[in-house]
Amino acid sequence: MKIVVCVKQVPDTKGGVKFKPDGTLDRGAMLAIMNPDDKAGLEAALRLKDQYGAEVTVLTMGLPKAEAVLREAFAMGADKGILVTDRVLGGADTWATSSTIAGAIRNLEYDLIITGRQAIDGDTAQVGPQISEHLNLPVISYAEEIKVDEKAKTVEVKRQFEDRYHIVKAKMPCLVTALSELNEPRYMTPGGIFDAFEKEVTVWGRADLKDVDDSNLGLKGSPTQIAKASDKVKKGQGEKVVLDSADEAVEYLMGKLVEKHIV
Amino acid sequence: MSLEEYKGVFIFAQQVDNEISSIALELLGKAKNLAEDLDEKKVTAVLLGSGVKGLVDELAQYGADRVIVVDDPALKDYRTEPYTHALASVIDEFKPEILLVGATAIGRDLGPRVSSRVHTGLTADCTSLEIGDFPINPVPNQEQKHKQLLMTRPAFGGNTIATIACPDFRPQMATVRPGVMQKIDPIKGAKAEVVEFNPGFEENNCYTEIVKIVKEATSVADIQAAKILVSGGRGVGSAENFKLLDDLAEVLNGTVSCSRAVVDSGWKPKDLQVGQTGKTVRPALYFAIGISGAIQHVAGMEESDIIIAINKDENAPIFDVADYGVVGDLNKILPVLTKKIKEALANK
Repeated sequence: MKIVVCVKQVPDTKGGVKFKPDGTLDRGAMLAIMNPDDKAGLEAALRLKDQYGAEVTVLTMGLPKAEAVLREAFAMGADKGILVTDRVLGGADTWATSSTIAGAIRNLEYDLIITGRQAIDGDTAQVGPQISEHLNLPVISYAEEIKVDEKAKTVEVKRQFEDRYHIVKAKMPCLVTALSELNEPRYMTPGGIFDAFEKEVTVWGRADLKDVDDSNLGLKGSPTQIAKASDKVKKGQGEKVVLDSADEAVEYLMGKLVEKHIV
Repeated sequence: MSLEEYKGVFIFAQQVDNEISSIALELLGKAKNLAEDLDEKKVTAVLLGSGVKGLVDELAQYGADRVIVVDDPALKDYRTEPYTHALASVIDEFKPEILLVGATAIGRDLGPRVSSRVHTGLTADCTSLEIGDFPINPVPNQEQKHKQLLMTRPAFGGNTIATIACPDFRPQMATVRPGVMQKIDPIKGAKAEVVEFNPGFEENNCYTEIVKIVKEATSVADIQAAKILVSGGRGVGSAENFKLLDDLAEVLNGTVSCSRAVVDSGWKPKDLQVGQTGKTVRPALYFAIGISGAIQHVAGMEESDIIIAINKDENAPIFDVADYGVVGDLNKILPVLTKKIKEALANK
């Protein structure tokens, strides 16, 4: 079985967020990690590998420094790593990103593609389902469990909704988007870390993408455009009181609740 | 694509088990505003399902002027492919200018797949939608387009806000966070024009099979519908100690909700979680009790009319968004507060 896992290097949103003057994100200026949902997707692929002996290829699109997440994936146990990077791919929205990744995946053999549900920078959850559409594959989003039947060439996924879950079966090849609730990703092993720096990362550019028109790539190929981007403006500060006793605190709060006609 | 051919504001009227989801009614409320700003007369709801025609009147009462119904056994329970086929076919046939979809576990799967199929942009998890110019301010050598859908959404875990436009493709598509837009007061006896449409469904490799559907306990309250929320964080200390919040909520006829830390600790179910990875709420009154106020939490509750925070840490960021903040021990304050409110209400 061949599995492709799509991962994204994302700025750690717990740190500060920075912009370039044109309103796009200044990713270079922020601390970078492997996106948590993607890491769960990689772990799911590695567990399938442990079980069935699959070959796991990790693919990322980004700046050259995104190679770091491929090294991390090697250290966890991934077999191959592909970095898709090219100036003309920059500024892509989810449409152009999914077109790019689909163009890269068309070069590969696969039974299963796993992406994270969403990345913590954009939080859109769009790229996985959009890749599946470009590749004309079935998609199962929001996976909490993934089982494979190698003989029947099917996957069975526990698909989460707000108030229920479905057990959904799809024919392979197919695409599954993983929730970080899926598993606890393994740590890198010392041997794995050693391997990580021995292994070669395949680097692809625009010319390596298959069956994608230029009009579907990068900023120019993005149907959505940023009108305005800004840091969040905090709401004006209200009152804050430090009072000696609980009784005084309650008296203060009761005053407010009466004033606002709640009590 | 000739953009002028695309007219009207459409919403995806999500139903589950032949019950209209609340988000559909919220989208209708917003669609009405947008239609007015575009000088459009009609709001269209797109209803997909099996045996769902009986739901049309409810959509009419909440503002749908027209309902396009695709009724087919293939659409009984949500599956990506037949739903995508249905909605994409409706777009091809009826050419909406704007299509709104709920940012639910269904909409966040359906929206992207449909936008890819029809080749248009999709903005995820919007919290504000308005009609305006793009670019917002004139730019030399670039045409400023009018009456565009400007879609505003939080990103980076709520650290930033971006406003997105889709000037060259149609429909302009957005998924919208549940609990953010306002429903209209239902108009009794309202009727909508009903258009039945069936594009035909043929199984292909993309069809999936639903092996089993397991509904999970839904005994928990709907925190998005609550007028008063008494919300607790890690500072509450234990599952048992939520009793103090339960008591306060009870006297105020409110509902208990919580922060992510509480869900992670297993004290409360995820359905009660407020915030970026939980639900967005905008009650009349929000108590943030023992909640430090991480940006991800604040993103889900800052639109509340009144925010009262109780926290023993004077520097907790929750005080930055609270209208009234008390630095103190919740264990001492809450029992007395509950008692006083009870007395005050009894004397009324």
